[in-house]
Amino acid sequence: MVTSRLGARSLSARMARWGIAIVAFYGLIALFTPLLVHGSLLPDPNAGLENPIYAPPSFGHWCGTDRLGRDVCVRTLAGSSVALQVVLSALVLALVIGVPLGMVSGYLGGGVDRVLVLVMDTLYTLPVLLLSVVLAFLLGRGLPNAAAALCVVYVPQYFRVVRNQSAQVKAELFIEAARSLGAGPAWILRRYLFRNVITSVPVLLTLNAADAVLVLGGLGFLGLGLPETIPEWGSDLQQALTALPTGIWWTALFPGLAMFVLVLGLSFLGEGLEHWLSGAPAGSDG
Amino acid sequence: MSRRSDLARYLASRLALAPVMLWLIASLVFLLLRVAPGDPIDALLGTRAPEAARAALRAQLGLDRPLAEQYGRFLGHLLQGDLGQSLTNGEPVTRLIQDSLPASLELGLVSLLLAAILGLAVGFSGIARPEGRLDLAGRLYGIGTYALPPFWAAMVVQLVFAVWLGWLPVGGRFPATLMPPQGTGFYLLDSLRAGDWQQLAGSLRHLVLPAATLGLLLSGIFTNALRLNLRRALGSDYVEAARSRGLSERRVVLHHALPNALLPVLTITGITVASLIGGALLIEVTYSWPGIAFRLQEAIAQRDYPLVQGIVVVVAALVVLVSVLVDLVVALLDPRIRF
Repeated sequence: MVTSRLGARSLSARMARWGIAIVAFYGLIALFTPLLVHGSLLPDPNAGLENPIYAPPSFGHWCGTDRLGRDVCVRTLAGSSVALQVVLSALVLALVIGVPLGMVSGYLGGGVDRVLVLVMDTLYTLPVLLLSVVLAFLLGRGLPNAAAALCVVYVPQYFRVVRNQSAQVKAELFIEAARSLGAGPAWILRRYLFRNVITSVPVLLTLNAADAVLVLGGLGFLGLGLPETIPEWGSDLQQALTALPTGIWWTALFPGLAMFVLVLGLSFLGEGLEHWLSGAPAGSDG
Repeated sequence: MSRRSDLARYLASRLALAPVMLWLIASLVFLLLRVAPGDPIDALLGTRAPEAARAALRAQLGLDRPLAEQYGRFLGHLLQGDLGQSLTNGEPVTRLIQDSLPASLELGLVSLLLAAILGLAVGFSGIARPEGRLDLAGRLYGIGTYALPPFWAAMVVQLVFAVWLGWLPVGGRFPATLMPPQGTGFYLLDSLRAGDWQQLAGSLRHLVLPAATLGLLLSGIFTNALRLNLRRALGSDYVEAARSRGLSERRVVLHHALPNALLPVLTITGITVASLIGGALLIEVTYSWPGIAFRLQEAIAQRDYPLVQGIVVVVAALVVLVSVLVDLVVALLDPRIRF
């Protein structure tokens, strides 16, 4: 069993490297696609009326065109910037709400804590997609709306982790010492609890980002989330579904592949981070 | 003695919490549907509809009453098992849900079974050499199946097996040329009971692709769970003790580590149900499988508020019940668990 740990370590390290590379690649695409479109080096993802519709991949259009003659490659590239924007803003929002709420709830304890835990546990029990579908349905389509719908889904996750950890940390001696020296709750929360608790967030954030990309795609696929004018992988796939029985594969292949690889990259990064941060002790997942 | 009473207390508290959670979910859905921006009347009729029609619909939905009264009524009806009427065809929401639930359950159960077999097989295949090639491949398998967007995986499977190869139907639940079997709504069961092989073959042919896709997507959860727990069990003291007694590695793994590793997998199965529902939602839509998720999507597209509300409450109730049930079973099976 001694030799074998090397295998897991190196796989984790390799996964983390691949994860970073993939995510950075998508970040660059997200950054440069709008610029290239703006500078007319790439066609507009929504323009296509002069193109043939449902043209298979060719030199003119590497990934073919869709039912409106729009270039599938450009739409797929533009989709990455949209996905990253929505997912990032949703998770930042979830962090900003979930972490302080969890810290206060865990530190203060008592009745408020119990009620908050019950509410968050209930939200957490609900299937992520179901909850976000309901929220997206209610909030309507739009970038901030989709981000808000996603955010609510992930708040309970940060709340749970941070709350449990601060409930644990608050019993530690150094907190006791700070309190006896006259530090108030706000000071303790900011100064001592926050630093101890925040370490568990990066892994969760990366893994949630992977999940959120899938959920956003799911929403788009169900006709929710973003407005139709914004190129998004999920809604493009929904449109590809109707053409699928006639054997038109290119509109389905590229957006889905882009989504798959991004989720894979984020998952690799998250898992690699987890092993790296935990020092991969014996008995952990290899 | 004390263990027994502890267990009873745990079970009681878990069971007592379930209705509270259900009430919370129902209230949350109710509140969201009413507080959220966007008037349901606008959504249904458009903003330019005549005021008379808007008022009539408002009254029909009970939206003209104070919020507290609406809430009381909603809870009262809910307790009686009444989820209201669909806006699009006036049928009771409970009947619509009853009609589409068996299709979802049939797909879900078969997928779960396939996922467990496939996932445990992949997870188990690496057992001979932990962290060897096969074992690490199992880890990648877990991540890979998770990263697949369910609807995209379904589309690729459809494209290959239904469109290109033409082996199986693209979607639907039953051939249009046959009469669907009558009875429980579980087509496999009904056609078996009727002894109608044509019906059985028809249902099976439609079930294969959706169930296999969903099964593949969920199998990674089982692979991960088995690998993780097996690893933990293999590192434990009693396994060390068994090894030091000179037992063969094979015996140690199969008789000492595996039974202990399988129990947490049951807990994972409970958790899987929640993601099963998320995945099933998308799989049903992709394959036009007439289950509850397909109905939900229709209800969303038609802005059928009572139906959306009813489906969410029922599905949430199912998830809560299954998670409680799994906890109870695990608690009963595992003598080590103390509360």
